[in-house]
Amino acid sequence: MSAEFNVRHTAHLARLELSESEARRFQSQLSQILGYVEKLKEVDVSGVEPTAHTADFMNVFRADEPRDWFTTEEALSNAPRQANHLIIVPKVIE
Amino acid sequence: MDLHTLSLSSLQARFRSGEASPSEALEALEARISSVDPKVGGYLSRNLNRAREEAAVADTSLPLGGVPIAIKDVINVKGDPCTAASKILQGYTASYDATVIRKLRAAGAIPFGRLNMDEFAMGSSTENSALQRTSNPWDLSRIPGGSSGGSAAVVAADEAFASLGSDTGGSIRQPAALCGCVGLKPTYGRVSRFGLMAFASSLDQIGPFTKTVEDSARLLNVLSGKDPLDSTSLETQAEDYTRLLGRDLKGVKLGMPKEYFIEGIDPQVDTAVRAAIRQYESLGAEIVEVSLPHTEYAVAVYYIIATAEASANLARYDGVRYGRRAEELRNLQDLYVRSRSEGFGEEVKRRIILGTYVLSSGYYDAYYLRAQKVRTLIRQDFENAFKKVDALICPTSPEAAFKIGERSGDPLKMYLADIFTIATNLAGNCGISLPCGFADLEGSRLPVGLQLLGNNLDEAKLLGIAHAYEQATPWHKQRPAL
Repeated sequence: MSAEFNVRHTAHLARLELSESEARRFQSQLSQILGYVEKLKEVDVSGVEPTAHTADFMNVFRADEPRDWFTTEEALSNAPRQANHLIIVPKVIE
Repeated sequence: MDLHTLSLSSLQARFRSGEASPSEALEALEARISSVDPKVGGYLSRNLNRAREEAAVADTSLPLGGVPIAIKDVINVKGDPCTAASKILQGYTASYDATVIRKLRAAGAIPFGRLNMDEFAMGSSTENSALQRTSNPWDLSRIPGGSSGGSAAVVAADEAFASLGSDTGGSIRQPAALCGCVGLKPTYGRVSRFGLMAFASSLDQIGPFTKTVEDSARLLNVLSGKDPLDSTSLETQAEDYTRLLGRDLKGVKLGMPKEYFIEGIDPQVDTAVRAAIRQYESLGAEIVEVSLPHTEYAVAVYYIIATAEASANLARYDGVRYGRRAEELRNLQDLYVRSRSEGFGEEVKRRIILGTYVLSSGYYDAYYLRAQKVRTLIRQDFENAFKKVDALICPTSPEAAFKIGERSGDPLKMYLADIFTIATNLAGNCGISLPCGFADLEGSRLPVGLQLLGNNLDEAKLLGIAHAYEQATPWHKQRPAL
């Protein structure tokens, strides 16, 4: 499986762009790590249920009620660019 | 009077007897930090003015009244920077208190200082911090462990009475072992994660670093409990985690997992841990060998599950709503790609890519789903072991602190440093590391950690077992010469 690992393609899926040297290094390091995790194939997992988390409950609900939380100013206080209570981003529609 | 050297409990005793005030304690601590932190590098920043105001009006009758507690840079304290030691969050100011901070404040404590760590808690040496280097207080050329390296180093160096860290694969226990203090990873769900920047949501847990086991229990009393803001926090009866401190060990059964006593452990670590086991026997505990047969798969399972969860959690850092945004952007896609590529450090990128790969179409079943199934088998190993014993006893780390720079080119070797801690996160149970001796390496005297692992929600029993050993040994009283 790890032979098919393409670091640039996977980086693109995660919206990361790698330099030449990063790409070379990651390709080799991650191939080594993917080779290491191949050992999980040795384990007989037939009939074993997967564990997503270790707490024994499924759905947790609370009442859907408004309450005090951030003000708009607080919510925007860490935005890199903003104006008129809006976050500014590059134009999306041409 | 060297107030900064006191444990949290001794400090509070001085507050209550009137021998010292919270303001004096804070000033003593600040003087200590100013004198040794230029060498140790544990703190990223401190808001001294705010802490002074809080100390002046502290109510010392509260459970942690007037005690400054230092915080890992991944837990939000309103008004303080919170960067996860990442460039992508440089300049970020927390706009709310994490639940653990709210609880500390309600107990009278003073959150004081931001602690260095591996970027987004990814690492075992704190070398992955994008902001600064932290050294081991016992040998400044060595790493303090990680990811909560700052949290461990400042407690060991008497620069904090106690601190908070987070443990996803050993990030509390391993640095506590390498720096020579007490580090507790509570059961998954015991402590709310609300306000902890998420790395791997099914594994992350907040816990305390302290100078003594008693302090650890007292902090857990404050930190634990169901939180409506964290749907994975557990609904449990309130309990006093100090209640089994001082109890003798008659009838207590400790299991030595045979897979944790393997070749490759540093001989001095092995010697110290085996001496601790004999000490337990002489204190009345019964030692039996147990097996956790899927241990050898834990690192592989962990690096699939933790990176998969991280790749999803770290998708939020896109340069739009907060954090650093790249400049001179061509379009929105460019904003995402360049903000992330410029903002994340190397280890974080490596793990995001690995996590993205194991979740990607065509590979999900082979990697992620299979890892989740092996995780079930690892959980069952622990369930079976805890049917036979009260706790497991083993090394925290296979070796003492290594030199800064020694491992940085070899991520797989770095990952294998966590072999004794990560299975616990996968299984969800609790664990503690406490000092059990020293290794002499190249002229340095380096702490060795003993790890005790407890069943789900068995923290009180675990702390009692740890306390009995601590009280019978001198290790927790040793301090580095700085």
